[in-house]
Amino acid sequence: MAVLEAAKTTRPPAAPPATAPTGPVWAAHRGAVVAGVVAVWVALWALLRNRFTLTLDTASTTDLHLRINEIRDSIDAGRNSNPLFLYVFNEIRLVIDALTNAISGLIAQPAFGRPVPLLGWLGVVAVVMFVAWALGNGRVSLLAGAVFVFFGLQGLWTQAMDTLALTLAAVLVSLLIGIPLGVWAGLSDRVNRVLTPVLDFMQTMPTFVYLAPLTLFFLIGPASAVIATLIYAAPPAIRITAHGIRSVAPATVEASVALGSTPRQTLFGVLIPVARRTIVLGINQTIMAALSMVTIAALIDAPGLGQNVLKALQTLDVGTAFNAGLSIVLMAIVLDRVTTAMSERVEVARLMTPQAIARRPYLLGAGALATLVCVYLSYTFANYAVFPKPEGSSLGYVGDDVARVADSVTTWTQTNLTFLTQSWKDVSTAWILDPVEHLLVESPWFVVFAVAVLLSLVIGNLRAAVTTAVCLAVVIGTGLWSDTMTTLAAVLVATVLTVLIGVLVGVWMGRSRGADRAIRPVLDAAQVLPSFVYLIPFVALFGATRFTAIVAAVVYSAPIAIKLVADGIRNVSATTVEAALSAGTSTLQMIRKVQLPMAREALVLATNQGLIYVLSMVVVGGLIGAGALGYDVVAGFRQSTYFGKGLAAGLAIVMLGVMLDRVTQAASGRTGGAKKR
Amino acid sequence: MTRIGSPRGVRRTARVALVATFALALAACGGAKVGEDTTSSAAPAAGGSGTAAACGTVNIAINPWVGYEADAAVVAELLQSKLGCTVVKKNLDEQVSWQGFGTGEVDVILENWGHEDLKKKYIEEQKVAVEVGPTGREGKIGWFVVPWMAEKYPDITDSANLNKYADLFKTSESGDKGQFLDGDPGFVTIDGPLIKNLGLNFKVIYAGSEAALITSFRQAEKEKKPAIGYFYSPQWFLSEVPLVNVKLPPYTPGCDADPKTVKCDYPVYNLDKIASTKFATSGSPGYDFVKKFQWTNDDQNVVAKYIAVDKMSPEDAAKKWIADNQAKVDAWFTS
Repeated sequence: MAVLEAAKTTRPPAAPPATAPTGPVWAAHRGAVVAGVVAVWVALWALLRNRFTLTLDTASTTDLHLRINEIRDSIDAGRNSNPLFLYVFNEIRLVIDALTNAISGLIAQPAFGRPVPLLGWLGVVAVVMFVAWALGNGRVSLLAGAVFVFFGLQGLWTQAMDTLALTLAAVLVSLLIGIPLGVWAGLSDRVNRVLTPVLDFMQTMPTFVYLAPLTLFFLIGPASAVIATLIYAAPPAIRITAHGIRSVAPATVEASVALGSTPRQTLFGVLIPVARRTIVLGINQTIMAALSMVTIAALIDAPGLGQNVLKALQTLDVGTAFNAGLSIVLMAIVLDRVTTAMSERVEVARLMTPQAIARRPYLLGAGALATLVCVYLSYTFANYAVFPKPEGSSLGYVGDDVARVADSVTTWTQTNLTFLTQSWKDVSTAWILDPVEHLLVESPWFVVFAVAVLLSLVIGNLRAAVTTAVCLAVVIGTGLWSDTMTTLAAVLVATVLTVLIGVLVGVWMGRSRGADRAIRPVLDAAQVLPSFVYLIPFVALFGATRFTAIVAAVVYSAPIAIKLVADGIRNVSATTVEAALSAGTSTLQMIRKVQLPMAREALVLATNQGLIYVLSMVVVGGLIGAGALGYDVVAGFRQSTYFGKGLAAGLAIVMLGVMLDRVTQAASGRTGGAKKR
Repeated sequence: MTRIGSPRGVRRTARVALVATFALALAACGGAKVGEDTTSSAAPAAGGSGTAAACGTVNIAINPWVGYEADAAVVAELLQSKLGCTVVKKNLDEQVSWQGFGTGEVDVILENWGHEDLKKKYIEEQKVAVEVGPTGREGKIGWFVVPWMAEKYPDITDSANLNKYADLFKTSESGDKGQFLDGDPGFVTIDGPLIKNLGLNFKVIYAGSEAALITSFRQAEKEKKPAIGYFYSPQWFLSEVPLVNVKLPPYTPGCDADPKTVKCDYPVYNLDKIASTKFATSGSPGYDFVKKFQWTNDDQNVVAKYIAVDKMSPEDAAKKWIADNQAKVDAWFTS
C-alpha cells in the first residue's frame, strides 16, 4: 500500500505559513519556554493535586447526557409520522438497498429466483482478472486471480463476496458524492473551509457512536451498513480530489483560459484530466477506509467477513478470526494494487510500442471472450457456481490449516512470552504512562487548560492556541473532562512510541531498499488487519490494561509513521548525501546531522498522522481495558441509558483530534517557514 | 519499479488465461447444472406448502453470545423443519435488537437479560413489543474468582474475607488497591458502589468487552495468577474454567433500588423472550412455538459447547441436539 498514507498527508495545511509567529520573545527560546511551562505545571500539580479535576464516575451521567437520550427517544417515537423519515430517509434507504442488493445478487447472494448468485466463483474470478488486466496490468491481474481463488480455498468465498459487494456499494456511493464535492472544494476556497471541519468530524467521530442511531434512520440492513461505511470512507476521496485539483499548476489553467476555454472546458478538459492520477489515489484511499469498516458494520448485521471475525471472538477462537482477517487483508492488498496499477496505466500506455498498441484491441477482445465463457460456465454449472469444499471440513481446503497455525502461534506466544510482556507492561505503566496521566488527570482543569493553550501558542501559533481553547471548552461542556484527560495521556504516550518506532524503522527503510521491500508488506497487513483479530492475544499477553490499548494503537499507527519517515529520508537529495559522504561523515552522523534534519517536515507529518491514527484506536482501547472515553463510547453503543454519554464521549474524541491535528499542523507550517528563512 | 512496461508479459498472461478457461470449459461438460438437485440444500426447506404460507417469515435477533446462538439455532431449525417458516437471523446487539421491534425488522428476542428500561420504552410506551414468557433458564450475575484461588484460599469465596487478600490482586491498573475486573459494558453493574459500601479495598477496572474479561480469567487460571471479577452463568466459558462464585450479602427485593446504598448480591434474572407485537398478533404458528419454547441451562450448555468448543456450525449443533432430545422437542409441539 505504497500510497496508503496519502489519505491524510495531502490535507492542505490549516494555517498559511505567512502568519509566522509574531512574538519573537519565545520564538528564539522555544525549547526553554516549553520546559518552563511544564515546570510550572508540575509545581501547580503538586500544590493543587486532586482538586478541581471535574471527575465523573464511570457509571454516572450528567444532565446533558440524559437530555441527549431524551432527544433520541423522541426521534424514535415519532419516526412513523416524521416527514423527514417518510420522504427523505426512506427514499435514500430504498435507493441504497436496491444498489447493494443488485451487486450482492450478482456476486454474493442467491437472487433472481436462483439458488445461487448470478455469477459463480469462476465468473467472478474471470471478471476480476479481466478488469484488473484491462485497466491495470498482467501482474495485478494474476495477483487478483490468485487471491480470489484463495478466498474459496479458505472456505470464505460467500463471505468475501458479501464483503466485496458491500464495499463496492459503499465506495460507489462515496465516489458519487465525494468526487463532485472534492472538485468543488478544489475550485472554491470557501467550500473547502466549510468542508474541512465536517470531514474532520466524519473521520474522527467513532463509528460506535452513530451505529445504533443509524438503524433508527435507515433500518437494519444494507443501507445502514453502507452509510456507516460511507461516513468514514468518503472524506479521503473528497480531500484528495480537492488536493489534486488544487495542485494543478496555475500556469496550465491560465494557458487554458488564455486559449479561450470556458470554465466548464477548463474543468473537464484540463483540471480533471491533469488531476486524474491523484483522484485515483483518492479512490484507492476510499476503498481502504471502507474495508476497515467491515468488522464494525457487522455489529449491525452487515453480512460478510466481519461476521466471521465477531462470531469467532465470542468463543475466543483466534484462529478462525485470523482466517477471516487474512481475507480482509488480502482483499485490501488486491484492491490497492489494482487501483494503483490503474493510476499508472497512462504512463504504461505511453511506453508501449506501436505494435503492442495495435495488438491490444485483439488481446482485449480475446480476454473478454474468455471471461464471457467463464461467466457462462459459472452461471450454468453448479461446480463453477459454488466453490467446492472438502467433506467434513468447516473452513475449506486451507482455512482450517490457516486457523490452526494462527492458533498455535498465538498459544505459544501466550505461554512463553508473558513473563516478558507483563514486566514490560508494569515498568512502562509505572514510569511513563502513570506520571503523564497523573499530571493531566490530577491537575485542576484550569491549570491544564492554560498549559495546553500556552503550549499550542509556543509550539504552533495563535490560531492553534485559539483552536485548543475552543476544543477544551467543548470538552468541559461534554462533562467528561477527567475521562478526556485519561485518554489524552494514553494518546500522547502512544504517539511518542509511534514516532519513536517510526523514526527507527523508517530511517532503516529509507536507507535500505532491501529493508523497505521486506518490511512494507508487513506494514500493509498491520494497517488493514481488523484490530478485533489481535485483541485477544494482546489481552492475554498484557492483561486488560491501558498499556494493552497503547500497544494496539501503536501497532495500527506505527506503519503510517514508518512509511512517512522512510519516504522523507529517501527524498533527501542524493547530492546532499553524497557531498556529506565525501566529507567523511559516519553513518550515525549522516542520519543525525543530515538525513533526519532534512526530512524534518516528514517527521512532523509522521507525528501528525501518528496522532490521528492513535486517536482512531481509542474506542478499540476501550474494549481491552483502557477505560475512559473509549469505554464510554462502547457503553453508549451497548446500553440505551448511556447513549447520551457515549455521544458526548465521541464529541470529546473529535475535539482531541481537531486540537492535536491543528497544533501539529501549525508546528509543521512553522518549520516549513523556518526552512525558507 | 519493475512492473511497468512489459507488454510481452501481458500478452503471455492473456494467452495462458485463454487456454486455461477453455480447458475449464471442456472439463465442465457433464458437471451438474445450477438448480439441479445438488443445490437443493440452498433452497428454503418447506415443510408442506400449506404451513409455509401460514408461518411466513420470522426475524430472529441474534445477540452476541454463544448461549443465545444456541437458543436461536434450535428455534430456527424447528421453525424451518417443523413449521416451514422462513427464518431470517439478524446479528445484532441487544439495544439495536429492541430498536428493531419499533422499525418492524425484528420479530423475536430469545434470551433477554432484564433490560427494564427497554421494556418500559418499547413494551409500555411504544407498545411495539410484548413479553412472551420465561425461557426456563436463570441468569446469575455475580462475583467470581479463578478456581485455583478458591482451592488455595477456601475462605476467599466470601466477600467478607476479601480485604484479607486485596494485596494479591494489585496490578498496574489498580494502584494500591486490589483489581476487580468488570467486563462487558452491555450489562448494568453495581460493582463500583457495592465495593465502596462493603468497605472493600478494591478498585473496579473495566476490561471493556466479554472477550477481554474471559481472556483475563483464562490467562490467570493458566498462570496461577490472581483474578476476581464480574461474571455470569449460563456461559460456555464456565465449562472450560469453572470460576467460583463469591458470596455477597443475599439479595432481597428492593435492596438494589438505590445504587448509593446498595450492599447486596445481584438478583437472579429469569431470562425471558420478547416478541414484536406484530408477530404476536399475526396468528403465526411460529409464534405459538416460540411461546412454548423452554429449556434448561444444561440443555443450552450442551448446544453452546457444540458450537464453542467442538466448533460445529449452529445448524449442525441444533440438528444434533434435536435428534438426541426428541421427547423434549415433541413437547413443544403438542397443544
